[in-house]
This record gives sequence, C-alpha cells and structure tokens, in this order.
Amino acid sequence: MTTAEQLGLPAPRPAGCPFDPPPNHRRASARFSLWDGNPCWLLTDYQQIRTVLMDRRFSADAHHPTFPFTNPVAREVIATRKQSFLRMDDPEHSRLRRMMTTDFLIKKVDALRPRIQRIVDQTLDEMIATGSPADLVARFALPVPSLVICELLGVPYADHEFFQEQGRLLLDTSQPLGVPQQAMDALTGYLAEVAAAKQGDPDGVIAKLAARGDLTPEEVAANGVLLLLAGHETTANMTSLSTVALLRHPAQAERLRQDPGLILGAVEELLRYLTIVHTGVPRVALERVDLGGGVVVEEGDGVLCAISTANRDPELFGDAEQLDVERDARRHLAFGFGVHQCLGQPLARAELQIALGTLLRRLPTLRLAVPFEELRFRTEALIYGLHELPVAW
Amino acid sequence: MHVTVDQDRCCSSGQCVLTAPTVFDQSDEDGLVVLLQDRPAPELAAKLRTAAALCPGGAITLAEVAR
Repeated sequence: MTTAEQLGLPAPRPAGCPFDPPPNHRRASARFSLWDGNPCWLLTDYQQIRTVLMDRRFSADAHHPTFPFTNPVAREVIATRKQSFLRMDDPEHSRLRRMMTTDFLIKKVDALRPRIQRIVDQTLDEMIATGSPADLVARFALPVPSLVICELLGVPYADHEFFQEQGRLLLDTSQPLGVPQQAMDALTGYLAEVAAAKQGDPDGVIAKLAARGDLTPEEVAANGVLLLLAGHETTANMTSLSTVALLRHPAQAERLRQDPGLILGAVEELLRYLTIVHTGVPRVALERVDLGGGVVVEEGDGVLCAISTANRDPELFGDAEQLDVERDARRHLAFGFGVHQCLGQPLARAELQIALGTLLRRLPTLRLAVPFEELRFRTEALIYGLHELPVAW
Repeated sequence: MHVTVDQDRCCSSGQCVLTAPTVFDQSDEDGLVVLLQDRPAPELAAKLRTAAALCPGGAITLAEVAR
C-alpha cells in the first residue's frame, strides 16, 4: 500500500493557470510519503473530505506523533509550542473556540458592515489619492482586513508593518528553518504584550480573553496570534486574487457591476474557485477507517484534505473549471468543514463582499498595470495569493 | 418538515442563519444555534435542506412529517 512517491507541498500551479489547483492534487485519493517519511493520504474527493472533517476519528492535534506536516517549516512552527484551538481536538478545542464565537455571530458582523464600508472607502480614497498605478495588495487588500481585525481584537493598527511582516515570514515555506520560528516567537510575544496592556480596558476580543481568568497568558497570546493572522492574511489574499480573477474574466466583472446584488453569491464562487488554503487541511487517523472508493486509512496515517481539488468537483458544481459568479457555490469547502470550519467566515464574507463590490463600483476602469504573466503568485506560502498586484485605473 | 438542532454539534458557522433566517438564529450568550420554529412552512423545505447540508457540524436534522 505504501508508495515511495513523495508528496511535495506547497506545489507549483500549472503553467499559465495560477487559479487552478496544483497538478499533483488533480488525481484520485492516494497514499504518499511526506518529506519526513510519514505515510499520508492526499484526499481529493469531495465526499471523502467532508466525511473526514466531520469525523472525530480524525484528529487535528498537531502533537500527535504522526500528524502530517507538509514541510519542515510547518512542523517547526506548529509542533514546538503552545497551540491555538486550530490544532486541537474537542473538548479542549471547543472550550477555547466557544470563548470567541459570540464575536463572529452573523448579527454582530452585520452590525459591523457600515464600519467595514467606511474602512473600505477611506482606504480606497487614499489609494486613489496616491495615483494610478498602485499596488493593490499594499494599498487596499492588506490594509482593509488588517484595520478591521485590529479594531475587533483591540490590537493597535500602528503596529501593522510589524505583524504583517512577521505573518508573511511565518507562512513562507521558502524561508530557512529558524526564521518562521522567530516570527512565531515575535508574534506571540507581541500578543502577550498587547494582552498585558489591556488591564482594565474592556475593548476588543484580546481584552475579553485576558480578563476571563481561566486562560493562561500563553493561551491568550497563542489564540490571539491565530485570530490576528487568520483575520488579515486570508482575506487580504482572497481580495487581491479575486480582483485578478475578475480582471481576467471581464464579462463576470461586468455582470457584478450591472447587478451589485450578485456579489453575495460571487464571493462564494470566488472562494470555491480560488481556494487559498492550498496545501490541504491536515488530520491524523486515530483508528482504521474505510472511506470507500478503495481508500482505507490506517491508524496513525496522516490525511491531507485537498480542498482546492474538491472544490472543482464536476458532479457538485457542474462546469467546475469555470468561474461563474452566478453559480450556487455555497457547498464549497474553502472555509473547511466540521468543527474546525473557519470561525471568522461571517467576517470574511462581509469584508470580501464590501471590498470587491466597492472596488468594482468605484473603479470601473480598473486594469492590470503589468502583463498578467509577470504577476508573482504566492506559490510557496501556506496561504495562496499575490505578492503584489500592480493596477491602473 | 420537522426540524431539530443539536447544540453540542453546533460550530457557530452561521450558515443556517444565512440560509433560513426565519428558522434559525444564534444565541447572543454562547453563539450556538437557536431554533425559532420547529415546523416551518412547506415552502421553506428547499432552504432547510440547504441549511442542513451546509452545516459543518451536522447539527441540523430534518424529518418529513405528514401534514
């Protein structure tokens, strides 16, 4: 059953098709060896992935001895320190996560929409004022979610250059060993300082966690790092990548300009089509599980759920290789599935709907300022996206 | 259609509220699913099926009822 074939991750995209899943993810579910020799399944089937992510026989605990790390950097950063709830199982996962769920309720996020709209408008005003061309990543895609999550968490936006840079280093698998670890240490130390400075200040999620009394300062910092990074890196990359996808599909962008109400479904479709969590969602099997289709996962096997491939399932999404903003794409797995499905998804949806809708409306002549072939995509990062996006209008 | 929800399985994704807001809500206290009505009108059946399919925790159970 074990093959000698090694699974490289993150994997390069097909030539000229930066929106399509890596070629080594476009195959039937199969068992591989990871870089460290540990056996690992790459699951590509939508139903198998849904089953795994909902099944408690598959653990998200990164301290399990055969938990699948996609590269040495991921193991260094994740396995060696206090964990956020991202890499834990219930009941501990649920205990921590439920301390934060009320901050991301649909009605809470809906109440934030006017504030998000103001942040989007002000950021766009500033980009326009600096003049065309501009780097959409640095001027718009990154500042908007950073400003929003800083307000929500109670983290000073003045420190954005520090935490954005450390976040970038942490998620960059091309960095030498040691660099991501230093970035994680720096971010954890920073969040611990932010939390310590919150004594008596009730504003923001960090202050709320720090004031609880049943969390250690390390737990507050570890979960604060997760919220801060997940709160800006993901949405920033989705914003810039979605913008390029729409610029490459001008008829789709035009439909959204004609009918702004389509933006809700369009964001789901962009999440499906682009799937920025592109190294797979990792789990380890706690016992032998037959997933059907000849896939029998042995106890201790790692499993990587290739959600980018599952999101191109033709049975579920029809003409799945095409971007179609009028498609019902709601069953995509871009936010994961099961108990670990993205906590911040209501916020991410609101930010993407407002940011992309406003960008299309206010800059009808938006276009790439360099040839498409010259764009630098973040193939080597744990979150896919663009390093920069030169645009003109 | 008879609807039941299992709060122990709820992950607070909010998918049910987005899909069928007259049937599902989220608690202000703990963020967990709150059922607003357990026998919604037949015309909501398609939305209920979507909400159940989108629920990441499998917290929503639907049963056909004779009317």
